[in-house]
Amino acid sequence: MESLKRAWLWFDDRTGLGSALGPVIKHPVPPNSASWFYVFGSATLFAFMLQVATGVALAFMYVPSAGEAYQSLQYITDQTTFGRIVRGMHNWGASAMILLIGVHMVRVYLTAAYKFPREMHWISGVVLWALVVIMAFSGQVIRWDQTAVWSTIVASEQAGRIPFIGEWVAQFLIGGGTIGGATLSRMFAYHVFIVPALLFIFIGLHLYLVIKNGISEFPKAGKPVNPETYREEYEALVKKKGIPFWPDAAWRDMVFGFIVITTILLIALIIGPPALGPPPNPANIDALPVPDWYFVFYFAFLALMPPQMETYLMVFGPLLVGALLFFLPFISNKGERSPLRRPWAVAIVALTIASISGLWAIGITSPWSPHFDAKPLTVEIIGADSGPIYRGGMDFNEKGCLYCHTISGQGGLRGPDLTYIGDRLSPDELTWRIMNGGLNMPGFGGTLTNAELADLVVFLKSRTKQNQEASSLGGD
Amino acid sequence: MNEKTKTSEDCSRRQFFTHISYTLGGLAALMVGIPIVGSVLAPIVKQPKPIWRPVGELKTFTVGDIVKVSFIDSSPLPWAGVTAETAAWLHRKGEEEFTCFSVNCAHLGCPVRWVAGARLFMCPCHGGVYYEDGTVAAGPPPRGLYDYPVRINNGQVEILTSPIPITTV
Repeated sequence: MESLKRAWLWFDDRTGLGSALGPVIKHPVPPNSASWFYVFGSATLFAFMLQVATGVALAFMYVPSAGEAYQSLQYITDQTTFGRIVRGMHNWGASAMILLIGVHMVRVYLTAAYKFPREMHWISGVVLWALVVIMAFSGQVIRWDQTAVWSTIVASEQAGRIPFIGEWVAQFLIGGGTIGGATLSRMFAYHVFIVPALLFIFIGLHLYLVIKNGISEFPKAGKPVNPETYREEYEALVKKKGIPFWPDAAWRDMVFGFIVITTILLIALIIGPPALGPPPNPANIDALPVPDWYFVFYFAFLALMPPQMETYLMVFGPLLVGALLFFLPFISNKGERSPLRRPWAVAIVALTIASISGLWAIGITSPWSPHFDAKPLTVEIIGADSGPIYRGGMDFNEKGCLYCHTISGQGGLRGPDLTYIGDRLSPDELTWRIMNGGLNMPGFGGTLTNAELADLVVFLKSRTKQNQEASSLGGD
Repeated sequence: MNEKTKTSEDCSRRQFFTHISYTLGGLAALMVGIPIVGSVLAPIVKQPKPIWRPVGELKTFTVGDIVKVSFIDSSPLPWAGVTAETAAWLHRKGEEEFTCFSVNCAHLGCPVRWVAGARLFMCPCHGGVYYEDGTVAAGPPPRGLYDYPVRINNGQVEILTSPIPITTV
């Protein structure tokens, strides 16, 4: 022990690291900032450190080649020692980063810690958030299975809507005109070199600013920020009542960080990494490229936005959100900080969380997608084993109607539930709707024979509450 | 030499050193930057030549049917593996008349499926639907399916490969 101490004293004497860093980590902070509300930024940093460590470990085994990456991921997951756990931690660590950086941003926004003199803390934080989102997307792509391939195409198509330069941006993303050898190499470079380098730079800036301007004190209602006096007041506060960041405030960060890291490890152990989809063959088109959970709300947004406005929303929507976040401190950098005096801030956060949650819930069910795997209606549901009702029921199965419409709990959700359609529409109305389509339904006038149409109408007309009840009684 | 002249000379020397340092640094960055940035941007400048790819013998396609055909894309790299493959929907409309649609939905590029019973192309992602002639039947696509040129060459049906169609504004 004594020799270790002597070694450290020698090292510190020659490098000056202890005397340089000691005052930094022990700098005084406002006592009310030593709070559980203030642990999410450091937890995001801990999750990032885990991502770096697991990412480096994965890079020892992953082959960033379009033709071999998928097999290397199979190898990592199924054959290497601890590879499954490392991949699992990297995946759930990404989820944790997205979640924690979001909570941290909400906390900073609600307590208005972005106001004077911490405008650059917020701006560097917004850049970090954007970089984390890019990391999450590029990470999903270099998983390099079927979903990754189609997600890349979807992202490129969105980029294609940028006026004037859209096609160039799209081709820049996929590394040419087609998905192939260049695509994965580029995504790997973004994910492993370019974006992490930017992350390191902006994390350094973010931490430097926290030291320079100090951790914001927890706001008090009725105590607004006045840029002319704030710095003196803050310095007086930390001089008089400040506590050393290490360990008086930092212990909570360590405890919460430990919980976060342990949770990620446990999830990686119990659930493991996400299963790989089918191989990344663009010729295999039986795909439904649903993104990872944190992008599902945006997936729903893309499906639900009005077609007339979608180009503007798709291109300018994210830009507008990014610009609003970026320039927030310039919109308001003084005045009240307490959420108790900023009801609009609370309302904006509540509305944002509700919107994202709502879109996410819809995105999970994707009611706009045809259900290609819908179970065909059985003879029992059809209610006949011969005649026009039976033939109409079979046509309903075979003509794709079932992919979009539900009958007796089976089928898709894109169109109306037709379980009791016979009570609502007459045969003429049914015929007209099938022939011409309507709203979001294609017309089938050109594809159905007269006999098929007649059978379908008879079948649908038989979908009445009375018939269903009679059928269920008969079944009993 | 008085104090004033000395200061002026110092400033002049200092300005010279400042300017030469900035200039040399900028020049070095520019010299190495051109090939570095150029190599990264090359894919959007250098477009692959379209290539006719055979997708099957004429006799294997039935008149009236729409089938999926797979082929190698226009710019396969040696390490591309299965990602060099791509697909299209080929419709034999007559004895020597074909139409070939891209599998990419014109909305956001997801793979459309041919539902033979309904004679519709359906997209699983955001609900785009197309009639068998490729025109929009329902959903968000802003235009019909993109098509590939098709030809018959020595009894083989061939498709002219092209980049993934990007819907622009």
